[in-house]
Amino acid sequence: MEDIEMYKKMLEIRMFEEKVYDLFAQNLIPGTMHLYMGQEAVAVGVCAALTPNDFITSTHRGHGHCIAKGASLKKMMAEIFGKKTGYCKGKGGSMHITDKNIGMLGANAVVGGAIPIAVGAGLSCKLKYPERVTACFFGDGASNQGTFHEGINMASVWDLPVIFVCENNLYAMGTRQSLVMNIQDISQRAAGYKIPGVTVDGNDVMAVHEEAQRAVARARNGEGPTLLECKTYRHKGHSRFDPAKYRPPEEVAEWMARDPIESFRDKLLDKGIPEEFLHKIESTVEAEIDEAVKFAEESPLPEPEDALKDVWVIE
Amino acid sequence: MREITVVEALNEALREEMRRDENVVLLGEDIGKYWQGAFKVTKGLEEEFGSDRVRDTPISENAIVGCAVGAAMTGLRPVAEIMFGDLVALAMDQICNQAAKLRYMSGGQVRVPMVLRTPFGAGGSYASHHSQSLEAWFIHVPGLKVVQPSNAYDAKGLLKASIRDDNPVVFCEHKFVYGLKGTVPEEDYVVPLGEARVAREGEDITIVATSLMVERALRAAAALEEDGISCEIVDPRTLRPLDEETLCASAKKTGKVLIIHEACDTGGISGEITKTLVRRVFYYLDAIEILAGKDAPIPFAPVMEKWVAPDEERIKKAVKEIVV
Repeated sequence: MEDIEMYKKMLEIRMFEEKVYDLFAQNLIPGTMHLYMGQEAVAVGVCAALTPNDFITSTHRGHGHCIAKGASLKKMMAEIFGKKTGYCKGKGGSMHITDKNIGMLGANAVVGGAIPIAVGAGLSCKLKYPERVTACFFGDGASNQGTFHEGINMASVWDLPVIFVCENNLYAMGTRQSLVMNIQDISQRAAGYKIPGVTVDGNDVMAVHEEAQRAVARARNGEGPTLLECKTYRHKGHSRFDPAKYRPPEEVAEWMARDPIESFRDKLLDKGIPEEFLHKIESTVEAEIDEAVKFAEESPLPEPEDALKDVWVIE
Repeated sequence: MREITVVEALNEALREEMRRDENVVLLGEDIGKYWQGAFKVTKGLEEEFGSDRVRDTPISENAIVGCAVGAAMTGLRPVAEIMFGDLVALAMDQICNQAAKLRYMSGGQVRVPMVLRTPFGAGGSYASHHSQSLEAWFIHVPGLKVVQPSNAYDAKGLLKASIRDDNPVVFCEHKFVYGLKGTVPEEDYVVPLGEARVAREGEDITIVATSLMVERALRAAAALEEDGISCEIVDPRTLRPLDEETLCASAKKTGKVLIIHEACDTGGISGEITKTLVRRVFYYLDAIEILAGKDAPIPFAPVMEKWVAPDEERIKKAVKEIVV
């Protein structure tokens, strides 16, 4: 993926979520949501190293992973609105968006729940699709779950083509990392499973991309999994109703000054990309988001009885 | 026809399905060539199919089931073994939140065609971490099918049907059903999920029995016949979906029902069967009674362990109390 495309994807995530944030405030969206804003460089940097056939698993904070893997903004927005035309026909919502056609095996709202699932997808890659890999996104909080340790160990001992991407945004809900683990770099845990562990600036999309490419190449070569820790920061609270008062203002200010999209934009300008060109991308994305909202708003609601469909595969 | 044990029947089912479909893979602790499965159900399979398809796993139940879920979503048909039924508790998130719900939550996009095999049941003085019967836990989760064979023919046919099913199936094998011998044809067959079996025809009372209790009920029924009591025995075989038609037809015919399972009384499958009968054939019923395991964890000492599960004597007594 070229850097311009990566920039566009990051913008799509940011503007999609800004829109969703506004719509939620207007009471147009039910439930809650976990915004990815601020972490865009991770999803985009990693997914840019993948092909459409590769698999990913995601988390409750999954909008960014979906968009970076190539999901339709319209179907995502419709799902978040709880509409029949959404990815999951209104059964999943923000925390469960899935697009099987692009290898997006689903956002997953159990912290760490998708880690062994990614290992299983990795097993399918190894046995059925040797050219494919699986990227598994999860947070710092999930790295304290048994599934993290069980899953990485299993992937390591079986040399499965899985890239474990830990998005360390320093807080598991409201709990600082230092309160729940005695290490700073989660990538250190890789040593316990004899796989490479790398820590990278998760707000630098090109740095993430470079390390992701290395991990993906290893996986495709049959050299097994990698743990890639990306240090990043949520711009918003854990969920929609969380003002994130537990974070020191100076820490917030420091990270906000390192916005992954603004800094990447500066780099593109330094490279000589004309600003008008970037403006054009920005207005294109804005129009795409508006279209997605229009699609979602105009889409029909599910019938209440649709609640009974898709429970079983019925042949 | 030849007679084989339930373990041999299950082994044949796995072997034949692995020959039939290369997407069938096995995952579990000690299922490979070194140990051949804690109860030898996977004997000889790694030798035939190789270590890619028969995978000895770390002792990581949640990852075993989760790996099966992810593999099933992406084109394989995994059969995961949890060495003892009680240990499914370690994997409940992957079974109940993931395997059961991912199809639904994805709006029908994905399928999770996997089987979770696990040996349940008391009788070996293994105490309460290796002896419980937990099948009822799983019927409460929409999206899971639950199977409980009582004999060799059904074990083979049900396991083959479960492997071919596109839904996640929890396959509950009783450790003391494993050794029961029965006639099993050489040729390929399946026992469709959701069909009960009338294990014995009778007139005076319907006994609904599951798993090992079918064998005990059959022996009790043979003895009761000498006392002039004619028992019909229905084995649901699949707990979800439950074959309501066969259960209701038998209950209507005899008007008296005794439901027997080894799992403890409170919250067992008997409550669900009772609900079905009350909803559908209440006016035909003269009596409905439940004979289940005692409400205790399974104890170690044989004298206590034997006492907590229904036995032939207790079954006969319960039948007589209803019929006579």
